[in-house]
Amino acid sequence: MGQAISTVLKSGQRRPGSVYWVVGLAAVGWVIAYSSIQSLADWLAYSALGLARGSHLGEALAFFLYDVPKILLLLSGMIFAISIVRTFFSPERTRAMLGGKRQGVGNALAALLGIVTPFCSCSAVPLFIGFVESGVPLGVTFSFLIAAPTINEVAVVMLYGLFGWRVAGLYIASGLTIAIIAGIVIGRLRMERYVEDFVWQRQVTASGLEEHLTWPDRFQRAWDSVKEIVGKVWLYVMIGIGVGAAIHGYVPESALAGIMGKQAWWSVPAAVLLGIPLYSNAAGVIPVVSALMEKGASLGTVLAFMMSVVGLSLPEMIILRRVLKPQLIAVFIGVIAVAIVITGYVFNLVV
Amino acid sequence: MVKIKVLGSGCANCKRLEALVSKVVAAHNIQAEIEKVTDYNEIMKWPILSTPGLVINDKLVSSGRIPNEAELTTWLTGAASQR
Repeated sequence: MGQAISTVLKSGQRRPGSVYWVVGLAAVGWVIAYSSIQSLADWLAYSALGLARGSHLGEALAFFLYDVPKILLLLSGMIFAISIVRTFFSPERTRAMLGGKRQGVGNALAALLGIVTPFCSCSAVPLFIGFVESGVPLGVTFSFLIAAPTINEVAVVMLYGLFGWRVAGLYIASGLTIAIIAGIVIGRLRMERYVEDFVWQRQVTASGLEEHLTWPDRFQRAWDSVKEIVGKVWLYVMIGIGVGAAIHGYVPESALAGIMGKQAWWSVPAAVLLGIPLYSNAAGVIPVVSALMEKGASLGTVLAFMMSVVGLSLPEMIILRRVLKPQLIAVFIGVIAVAIVITGYVFNLVV
Repeated sequence: MVKIKVLGSGCANCKRLEALVSKVVAAHNIQAEIEKVTDYNEIMKWPILSTPGLVINDKLVSSGRIPNEAELTTWLTGAASQR
């Protein structure tokens, strides 16, 4: 099917009308597939394989057969939609919008733009240099650099699929808050001298490419990123859901309330520490924490863990070391870690 | 001779772009010289904010994404026929 869509998208550049038909039909097919997963999974586990309802294996398998197609469908559909939105944004445009913005307003705008601007942490260095040299304040640049990887589409879609819109919304809101506050703190600390000197000595380069995209171009780009992202995470999703399914079927209810529940005060900082070295497996981590929560782990602890996994990543820190002196890296990690721990406690208290 | 530069510090997307460029160059028998630019100071001489970047005959044609094969073919065969 993927090949067929690619072919039609290509021919659509000659006959634009047909592209809208294909996208429309794919959307209808998506809705039909999405709404029939539950009955199909139940039928497979309980009728076709003849497992008893309520048995450990039956529960675990039904959970797996339901969640894997559901998450993969959700990811494909949502990434397509998000990628279309992203074709209207670019790092260049974001930089132009942030230039000369004051603290506060600038931090909030940077965090919001961090969600919709296409960004990969491997581009953190050119982006950092480009922002700072063109006059975007350091704290505002950091708000962007924190929000962009933390509120990423895979994490948000998986939270929505496994926890519902309320948790996904809380995650986005707390990610934004952390990015804004951490950026303001770093700006106030006047950390400019801890940026490597060569960054300030560079000649400012003129802005880059301005592209004019048609709708078929946008669909093509969005489809390309669906293939790329889903191709990269599907295995982690399956492994994560597999482990989650085993926990769902075999671990007794509230077994984890003692170590990951609200009563254990140390569980939030422990979750943040544990999350720092885990990075590329965000897609695999979410199904596991979802199953843990069902067994008594609290929401604040789970969200803190999630944010630490995606927001504080060792690879990104190593990349950023090229432009930041160690003191600033330490402040960067420290400020975000503290902000995440506070968020975790707040959720454990409130929810 | 088409001069191609792939700008990127060695991330996965930069490697994929380089492989795709080589593939298109080979498929269309284009006389080309492909250079990988991995040093940030060199990369940042071009006006890009995100990698990978692609430069054909000293002109920046894309940044922050992997162009698809059709786009690459158009650019590279176009550049080859100009010489």
